[in-house]
Amino acid sequence: MTEAVLLPGDGCPSGLEPPATSLAGDLSAFVRKKGGLNTLTLSVRGAKCGGCISKIESAVMAYSGVEQARMNLSNGKLAVAWKGEGGANQIAERVANLGYGVSAFSEDASAKSAKSEERALLLSMGVAAFALANIMLLSVSVWGGHGEMGAQTRTALHAISGLIALPVLLFSGRHFFRSAFAVLRHGQANMDVPISLALTLAFGVSVWETATGGDHAYFDASVMLLFFLLIGRFLDARLRRQAHAAAHDLAALQNRSVNRVTSHGQVETVRADQVRQGDAILVAAGERAAIDMKLFDGASGVDESLVTGESLPRAVQLGETIYAGTLNLDHPIQGRALGEASDSLLADIARMLEAGEQKRARYRQIADKAVALYVPFVHTTAALALIAWLLIGASVHQAILVAVATLIITCPCALALAAPVAQVVASGRLFKRGVFLRSGDALERFAEIDHVVLDKTGTLTLGTPKLASVHGDDLALAAELARASRHPLSRAIVAAAGPGPLAAQVEETPGLGIEGWIDGQRYRLGSAVWVGLETPPESSGPSLWFASDEGAPIQFRFEDQLQSDARETLSALRQRGLSIEILSGDTEQAVKATAEDLEITEWRARVSPGGKAERLKTLAAAGKKVLMVGDGLNDAGALAIAHASMAPGGAMDVSQSASDAVYSGGLAAIKSVLNNSQRTRWVMLQNFGLAAAYNCIAVPIAVTGNVTPLIAAIAMSASSLIVTLNALRLKGGAE
Amino acid sequence: MNIIVYLIPVALGLGLLGLGAFLWSVNTDQYDDLDGAAHRILNDDDKPL
Repeated sequence: MTEAVLLPGDGCPSGLEPPATSLAGDLSAFVRKKGGLNTLTLSVRGAKCGGCISKIESAVMAYSGVEQARMNLSNGKLAVAWKGEGGANQIAERVANLGYGVSAFSEDASAKSAKSEERALLLSMGVAAFALANIMLLSVSVWGGHGEMGAQTRTALHAISGLIALPVLLFSGRHFFRSAFAVLRHGQANMDVPISLALTLAFGVSVWETATGGDHAYFDASVMLLFFLLIGRFLDARLRRQAHAAAHDLAALQNRSVNRVTSHGQVETVRADQVRQGDAILVAAGERAAIDMKLFDGASGVDESLVTGESLPRAVQLGETIYAGTLNLDHPIQGRALGEASDSLLADIARMLEAGEQKRARYRQIADKAVALYVPFVHTTAALALIAWLLIGASVHQAILVAVATLIITCPCALALAAPVAQVVASGRLFKRGVFLRSGDALERFAEIDHVVLDKTGTLTLGTPKLASVHGDDLALAAELARASRHPLSRAIVAAAGPGPLAAQVEETPGLGIEGWIDGQRYRLGSAVWVGLETPPESSGPSLWFASDEGAPIQFRFEDQLQSDARETLSALRQRGLSIEILSGDTEQAVKATAEDLEITEWRARVSPGGKAERLKTLAAAGKKVLMVGDGLNDAGALAIAHASMAPGGAMDVSQSASDAVYSGGLAAIKSVLNNSQRTRWVMLQNFGLAAAYNCIAVPIAVTGNVTPLIAAIAMSASSLIVTLNALRLKGGAE
Repeated sequence: MNIIVYLIPVALGLGLLGLGAFLWSVNTDQYDDLDGAAHRILNDDDKPL
């Protein structure tokens, strides 16, 4: 393999995902030794197609010493094993240079347990499927031979069925028994109580029937029940784990390493969670601070847009505090850690998120409501059937058979599949449209939205300023200075001017501007004060001044550009009858301009992170169901509190974990999510309707004593199939 | 009817074979990357001359 396979950094060849080249810090702290090989798992963002696999794997394999590189397209993990010292950063850099976002990945304990739970459910499902197939084989012979088969043969077949069913019920049914037992001990009940009861009774009655040489054994019904219920349970666990994995992935991006300065002045690379309060931390130019710290050396311009929502950089100097998430722009700075990574502002917000999540856990899903109605109904019906049959003079044996048949046939297979299947199909559909749902029940909350709150910087706008007024020659000269700076306004000038030369002896003074020499003349680019203007003229947005030693200063104006589909999306939202509001941490001027541009009458500027959360609480108290869309660290609290929330893919990691959905490819995703959530809710309601209708038919048959195992098997599988097929309708159809 | 004495164990044995294959596939992570496998088959290992 040669270097020729290294294509330029254009990311996913399918164009499904824009290229990204973010590389998070030093990764050598995440390398593990395994059998003489170094192993490292990387989270790769932006790999979406088959081309990515070969592109990434061949690029990594081309690195000397690499023994194995395997890209998992489903979860975006790249596992690399190589020989020799070092190499972690070089390997990651190769992937980053191809145009993908790369960060180190380390699996936490909860992810492992979620994975093993999902695997246990899958195994249980497989075992139940095996048992179901074999018992059905025997049952069909019993049904087919009805009237002809000898009683002894029938009993023998029943006994074999029972022998297959018993270990399977114990193994595959343990998920339900355990959970039912746990809640019963606390004097409560959940869905698993009626399930366990039906399974146990069906098995017990069948054993009794077999022992007494009876006609009907329900071994097939009990295993079928188990199989369908496990499908629902498995889908649910998978959806939850995927959501959890996504959240963890985002957290992994924060597995940033930190440059710690030892007491001997040595700089060492450690993981952020190894930093202790008072440690000296070095933040290089272009690096993002991973921890809150107070500066004791250096001065620089910092971009706090993710922390405060302020779109322009701020100059910081000795004694000032910067927060985790702040991007250092021009000069290396050193500071003392104000706490451990878990105490930082990020962690504060993470705690806010937890509070939000607890609030959400109290949200009652449609399925919960359905179960609350279902359980007493079924049990009362079965008990009444038992009493009624006894009253009209049936034997205890016959009455019990009827009651058990009622419990079996009304067992909530369809109910257990109604919600998970619809959610799985809908989230798969949204995923194809660039929206990643973080929880299945979020769809229900999205469907109830009546008010939309939007952040400005990075959500409604691109978050990067664009040059508004252009002067040809001056622009070319200014760009020669600007190329040396990482300041967003300098970047905007460079973007407008294109490639070109760099001025000589360029120096940047944080918070003021840049100075440099072009053709023997000194030029300055920066704030009004920097070019010697005492009283700068009023300006309606960010601006820069450019001046030579002689000439009059020239002003460059900038504007924050709107997302290309902002107008269209907002009018579509208004058509749905949703009210819209802007909540921003940016200046009044900037927010007002955007609001007027988008014809939004309700806006608030200079809102603190706490203020945003307060506003959301006020709205919730007024009975509004709010959708919050935001990207900044300052939005995280509000995102967690909102009834439902979304964050763009470029958002701060915490904000993404605080949201119910992460979208890429513009604001149109909001429309898509709302459409799909409403369709999903409608299908789920239909499914519950179908399950109810099924019970309306099945219960009379059961209580009148007409249910044979054959009828139970047909009815149960038919109802489960119908709900599943109905949910699959969500796959197709227009937006 | 004596034939079922052989047929039922045979049927069960075949079923167990299938179950064993399923357990093997789950335990060896065959379902870990469902999307990747679909694409991988299209990747040509041969490089153009």
